[in-house]
Amino acid sequence: MSYLDFVIEYLPKLAGGAYITALQLVCASALAIVVSLVFGLMRLSRLGVTRGIATVYIEFFRGTSLLVQLYWIYYVLPLMGIKLGAFESGFIAIGLNFGAYGAEIVRGSIEAVPKGQWEAAVALNMSPGQRMRRIIIPQTFPILLPPASNLMVELLKATALVALITVVDLMFVAKQINATTWLSAQTFGTALIVYYAMARFVLTPFLRWLEVLAARKVGKA
Amino acid sequence: MSTQNHPLELPEGSPLVRFSGVTKRYGDLTVLDNLDLDVGAHEMVSVIGPSGSGKTTVLRMLMTLEKIDEGVIYVDGKPLSHMERNGQLEFANEKYLRTQRTNIGMVFQQFNLFPHMTALENCIEAPINVLGMKRDEAEERALNLLDMVGMLEKKDQHPTRLSGGQQQRVAIARALAMRPKVMLLDEVTSALDPEVIGEVLNVIRALNSEHKLTMLMVTHQMGFAREISDRVCFFYEGKIAEQGTPDQIFNDPQNERTKQFLSAVLDAN
Ligand SMILES: Nc1ncnc2c1ncn2[C@@H]1O[C@H](COP(=O)(O)OP(=O)(O)OP(=O)(O)O)[C@@H](O)[C@H]1O
Ligand SMILES: [Mg+2]
Repeated sequence: MSYLDFVIEYLPKLAGGAYITALQLVCASALAIVVSLVFGLMRLSRLGVTRGIATVYIEFFRGTSLLVQLYWIYYVLPLMGIKLGAFESGFIAIGLNFGAYGAEIVRGSIEAVPKGQWEAAVALNMSPGQRMRRIIIPQTFPILLPPASNLMVELLKATALVALITVVDLMFVAKQINATTWLSAQTFGTALIVYYAMARFVLTPFLRWLEVLAARKVGKA
Repeated sequence: MSTQNHPLELPEGSPLVRFSGVTKRYGDLTVLDNLDLDVGAHEMVSVIGPSGSGKTTVLRMLMTLEKIDEGVIYVDGKPLSHMERNGQLEFANEKYLRTQRTNIGMVFQQFNLFPHMTALENCIEAPINVLGMKRDEAEERALNLLDMVGMLEKKDQHPTRLSGGQQQRVAIARALAMRPKVMLLDEVTSALDPEVIGEVLNVIRALNSEHKLTMLMVTHQMGFAREISDRVCFFYEGKIAEQGTPDQIFNDPQNERTKQFLSAVLDAN
């Protein structure tokens, strides 16, 4: 079987897996963004308890293995009566994990907005919520997007782990094909290329576009 | 707390702003030392003094950007950052602070315009979201003010596209759009190139002569302070060492520190 024949035969199947990988990426990213915002803001709270909770969360998820977290959510939570499907378990574990990294990016970017911006907002008598929403958060985007983009590419690559809890993603499909054909080089080679293409030609250009947009919004481009 | 000897409210006819025994410390450093200072309605008061004497701190206290350690500041007869609880003055909550802040506007040395908004958007943001004005109403007011500071043509530019002098004029319009009773100006020309200082000073002149706005202005521009002020306060080590009319302070200073300061500054120019 030539590589071309291999591609023609198995590409549709791999594409199906890539679609699930893309869905994992979207769902996990969405969750990670929410988690990043919530815990990033909590880290900046004036209340010690709130800060403490966020710190513990971030330390825990960054300090332990993503794979173990994934197994916990899929295999251990059911023992406590919380039953989640493989797909949900997959993106929840990844979203919670990457959200912990994202929270630090959010915190750092808020702290990077010059103090004078807060003071101008106070001088205009804005409420604490308005200061954050209308003045500070919009200015964090150009600061936050470059590191967030890196993190999102890492997240895409990390989704391959969900194959281990039976989510039929690109990696899972590749393993299936490998198991029946024993064409390991072709199979995993193609999988590598597809992951690379998703990151390089879809995700990265999209994130670059967001970065330009954000820079333009503050008059920097 | 050290607010015991301070009344809950000032009687009718009291000055618009009163610092009453105000002390501010950073750790061991006492920056304002039991300061008393009154500013009457429509008065233009300049604050001069050596670096580190507490001039900026006075403005920041009045803008509620710094917490007060002792004493009480009154604005329009009511405490600024204290409120009454059980017949005593205690630190005010955010809600009370926001009602009192409506009286005060501030222009900063570094302009602090919002970079993600155009000149016009900078000027309507707070009127719409804080004062609850309708958009067209807020825009009308903002356009009038931008016109007054000579920035109407640049209304759709982001701050990064404006010179320092232009940014500062927009910042003045932005503060005025909130219709504060007192305007605080902290060395508003110090970050500007010499050739654009004049355009900002002209705007302040107009505010003073045509609108009779109450202003408290920190400045290193002695000539301007002398020309425009009703009263000049010379600060030294967190206290007012001497105050009086521009004529008294600049032509006939009594305090040794004032004399030293003025001769040093005038020598430098
Ligand atoms: N956040 C702060 N923490 C510690 N010390 C501070 C802080 N802000 C101001 N200070 C100190 O308080 C003193 C008074 O500062 P302030 O800014 O009021 O001086 P100033 O009269 O405005 O001086 P300048 O003419 O240089 O602007 C200075 O010694 C300064 O170092
Ligand atoms: Mg100063």
